[in-house]
Amino acid sequence: MKLITAIVKPGRVDEIKAALQANGVAGMTVSEASGFGRQKGHKEIYRGAEYTVDLIPKVRIEVLVDDADLDRVLDLMVQTANTGSIGDGKIWVTSVDAVVRVRTNERGSDAL
Amino acid sequence: MAINAGDTAWVLASGALVLFMTPGLAIFYGGMVRAKSTLNMMMMSFSAMGITTILWTAYAYSLAFSKDVGHGLLGNLSHIGLAGTIDSVTGAPGHAIPELAFVMFQMTFAIITVALLSGAIADRAKFSAWIIFVIAWITIVYSPVAHWAFASDGWIYGKLHALDFAGGTVVEINSGAAALALALVLGKREGFKRDRMRPHNMPLVLLGAGMLWFGWFGFNAGSALAANHTAALAMINTQIATAAAVLSWVGYEKIREGKATTLGAASGAIAGAVGITPACGFVTPLGALLIGLIAGAVSAYGVSLKYKLNYDDSLDVVGVHGLSGLVGMLSIGFIATLKANSAGADGLFISGSPSLLGKQAIASIAVLAYSFIATYIIATIIQKTIGFRVHRDVEIEGVDTAIHAESAYELGR
Repeated sequence: MKLITAIVKPGRVDEIKAALQANGVAGMTVSEASGFGRQKGHKEIYRGAEYTVDLIPKVRIEVLVDDADLDRVLDLMVQTANTGSIGDGKIWVTSVDAVVRVRTNERGSDAL
Repeated sequence: MAINAGDTAWVLASGALVLFMTPGLAIFYGGMVRAKSTLNMMMMSFSAMGITTILWTAYAYSLAFSKDVGHGLLGNLSHIGLAGTIDSVTGAPGHAIPELAFVMFQMTFAIITVALLSGAIADRAKFSAWIIFVIAWITIVYSPVAHWAFASDGWIYGKLHALDFAGGTVVEINSGAAALALALVLGKREGFKRDRMRPHNMPLVLLGAGMLWFGWFGFNAGSALAANHTAALAMINTQIATAAAVLSWVGYEKIREGKATTLGAASGAIAGAVGITPACGFVTPLGALLIGLIAGAVSAYGVSLKYKLNYDDSLDVVGVHGLSGLVGMLSIGFIATLKANSAGADGLFISGSPSLLGKQAIASIAVLAYSFIATYIIATIIQKTIGFRVHRDVEIEGVDTAIHAESAYELGR
C-alpha cells in the first residue's frame, strides 16, 4: 500500500476530489497548510508599508491506495492539480506498512 | 429663557452620535494592530469613555466652559460637579438649549480626543500608565485647549477670532501633536521596520471607519448647536469631504504602489472627515470637495513620514489627524466665505486679505506647540516614575494576555 501526499493550490481541491471520487477512490484527507517552494511569496501593502508574505496558503491532500492503483490515481491527481503555472505544488509517495479500519479491525487492502 | 425644542433634540442626538465614534475608534484601531494586542488597543478607547466621563463631571467641564479666569486661558471652577447646570440654558438667542445637553455633547469630544492618542502607542503601553495619562491629559491639555477654541471667552474663539467649527484644533491638531510626543517618549515597538506589523483584521478596520463616518455627522453638524442651515451645511460638507478623501487617498496609492487598498479607503475617509472638521460650517460644498481631496492625498503621503523620520506613531495619528487637521484649519484661511455662513469670514481667495489665514495659522501653531510640549512632559514624568512601557518580553508575547488575562481570539478548537 502507498500513501500519496499532495500539496496543491487551494483552488484545485474540488476538482481533485471529484476526479478521485469518480474513479473509485474510497477516501481522502484534506488539511489546510502553508509553506514555500519555488513560487516566491506575495507582496502586501498597508498604508504604503510593503510586506512580503513568504508562506503561501496551500492544501495538503492525503490518499491511501493499493499498489496496483498507484499510477492511475497519481496520474489523475497530477492532471487535475495542474494549472501550468508556478506554485502548482508537489506530490510524493511513501510506502505504508499497515492500515487498520478502526470500526472492524480489518487490515491491509480490505481497510482501504 | 425658553429652550428651542428642535435645536435641543438635535444636540441630544448628536451627543449620542459622537459617543458612538469611540467604540468605532476601538474597532478601527483594534483591527489595525496585531491579534496579540487587539483587546488592549480597544480597552484604551473604552477606558477613555469611563475615566473622561468622571473627570468631565467632576471638574473638566468647568475648566473648559466656565467663565474665563483671565486672558481666555482657562475656565474657573464654578461648575465643579456640574454645579449650576441643571436648570441653566446655553446657546444663541432663539437657539437656547439646556446646558446639560451641551455638557453631554462636549463630553463626547473629550472622550474621543484622548482615545485617539492611544493609536500612537499600540502594543506597548502599560494599562495603569495609560489611565494616569488620561487623567493628566484631560486636565492639563484637553480642558484648556477646549476652552481656548470652543468657549466664547476663550482666546482663540473670543479674542483671536480664528475659525474652528468642530475641533480642527481642539481634537485633530491637538491629538496629532500629542500623539507625536507620546510616540517619541515611549519609543519604537520591538521590531519596528523589521517585523511584519500588518493589520490583523481588515474587515474590523472598515467597520470601525464606517462607525466613525456615521458618528462624524453628530460631531460636525451637531457643532452648529442648532438644527438650522449651518448644521445642514456642515453635514453635507462632511459627507462630501469624506468621500473625496477616500478617492484621493486610494488614487494616491494607485499611483505610488499600483494598488488601491481597503486600508487606504478607510484611512482616506478618516482623513477627509478630519480635514473638514474645522471648516464644515464655513465653506461651500465645492470648498469641502477641495479640502477632502487635499486632506486624503496629504495624509496618504504623511503616513510614510514615520519610516523616514524614524518615530513609531503606530496607527498614524500624526499623519491622519495632525496633518489633515492642519489642512482643514489652513484651508479655511483661503476658501472660507461669508456666503456659506454669515457668522464666518472671507478667506484669502475671497477677500484678498491674508488676515484670516494668519489667524488660522496662529491658532494651529499655538495648539500644536502647547499640546506637544505639555504631553511630552506628562508622558516623560510617567515614564520616569511608574514606567509607561511594558517589559520587552510582555510586548513580544502580547499585552492582551499579560495585562488583561484575555485573548481576542480562540484559535483552533
